[in-house]
Amino acid sequence: MKIAIPMNEQNLDTDVCISFGRAPYFLFCDTDTNETTWLKNSAAESSGGAGIQAAQSLADNGANALIAPRCGENAEKVLRGAKIEVYRSTDGTAKQNIDALKAGKLQPLAEFHAGFHGHGG
Amino acid sequence: MADKAWTIAVLSGKGGTGKTLVSVNLAAAANEAVYLDCDVEEPNGHLFLKPEVSGEETVTVKIPEIDAARCTGCRKCVEFCAFHALAFVGNKPLLFDEVCHSCGGCALLCPANAIRETGKAVGTVSSGISEKVIVYTGRLNIGEASGIPVIKALLQKISNKQDRPVFIDCPPGSSCAVMESIRDADFCILVAEPTVFGAHNLAMVHELVTLFQKPCGAVLNKCLTSENPSEAFCVEHGIPILARISFDPELGALNSEGKIAVRESERFQALFASLLERIGKEARHEAASDSQR
Repeated sequence: MKIAIPMNEQNLDTDVCISFGRAPYFLFCDTDTNETTWLKNSAAESSGGAGIQAAQSLADNGANALIAPRCGENAEKVLRGAKIEVYRSTDGTAKQNIDALKAGKLQPLAEFHAGFHGHGG
Repeated sequence: MADKAWTIAVLSGKGGTGKTLVSVNLAAAANEAVYLDCDVEEPNGHLFLKPEVSGEETVTVKIPEIDAARCTGCRKCVEFCAFHALAFVGNKPLLFDEVCHSCGGCALLCPANAIRETGKAVGTVSSGISEKVIVYTGRLNIGEASGIPVIKALLQKISNKQDRPVFIDCPPGSSCAVMESIRDADFCILVAEPTVFGAHNLAMVHELVTLFQKPCGAVLNKCLTSENPSEAFCVEHGIPILARISFDPELGALNSEGKIAVRESERFQALFASLLERIGKEARHEAASDSQR
């Protein structure tokens, strides 16, 4: 399984980014090989539709799961179309969240917000 | 008045300063006038003017319609869309119509002719009459992101040879919707409250009308006897003060009952008639100095 996580820094021992669409980086972790790769999020600087664009790049990079604290409804539509499961992150680092998912301790993200669209968040 | 009657936009940096109070009363004082409610997210001029509605038209925008059977999955449309209104998942394009800006680029680019443009309703423009005032009200459908298409449809109601003065009740603030609303205005009235916050909001709209090179003047509303930061701003920046409206319990009561002060009281008839005259002088003065430039 290939897990994607929005990140502020390219460091496995730092916290998950609060934003999905505008996270500076995405971490991809292949749970079969334990291999990790980093992707600069091209949607971070986009004027609009960042969630859609970010979800598109997850789909294009073959992610099967996303771990994030929250996610907007447009991004969710793309993720659903690409059959990417979304899990709610817990407090802690990316590494801790990956371990939690592997141990079956993460819950699916049930609520998707309507987006902040230039109004902070 | 000149051959073409003036188009006057009424705006303010925040809601609740008295844009609607000023614009409906000016329209009523002018008698044979046109009132345009461009505050399409929450039009309220009709609550005062209570127009007899004669018609309503739907405002539409163009969005792409994708024929999945023709789509070859080349993704040209997805890559082209600067607003990311299109995604490509599950081997087909996925449209987010509320993100679409109706540019039509995807339909032009599609090599398989799988995309055509179709209309989507975003709001309405209703027409009516209140005594001799022609009233146009724009309404944006709930959930729509942009009121601009509805404002554009409203502005089309004003002809180039308009023989009646037009009063445009703008949305609050200094956003794109306000810029669109003042586009055709000959003169802008900035309504401001006598507070520091009011002066800050006045500065924002003043910057906007200056950028658009529109002549303007201020109406100071809810005036008290204490110092008025908005008045100080006008003096400092040479903005003509067209009228001062007192913080007046009678005016407040009429307004809260949805009445138009001009139609109820001679005192307010006189106040807005003199404001109207003052606007005419300012606008003429601006037009004259403009032609000398």
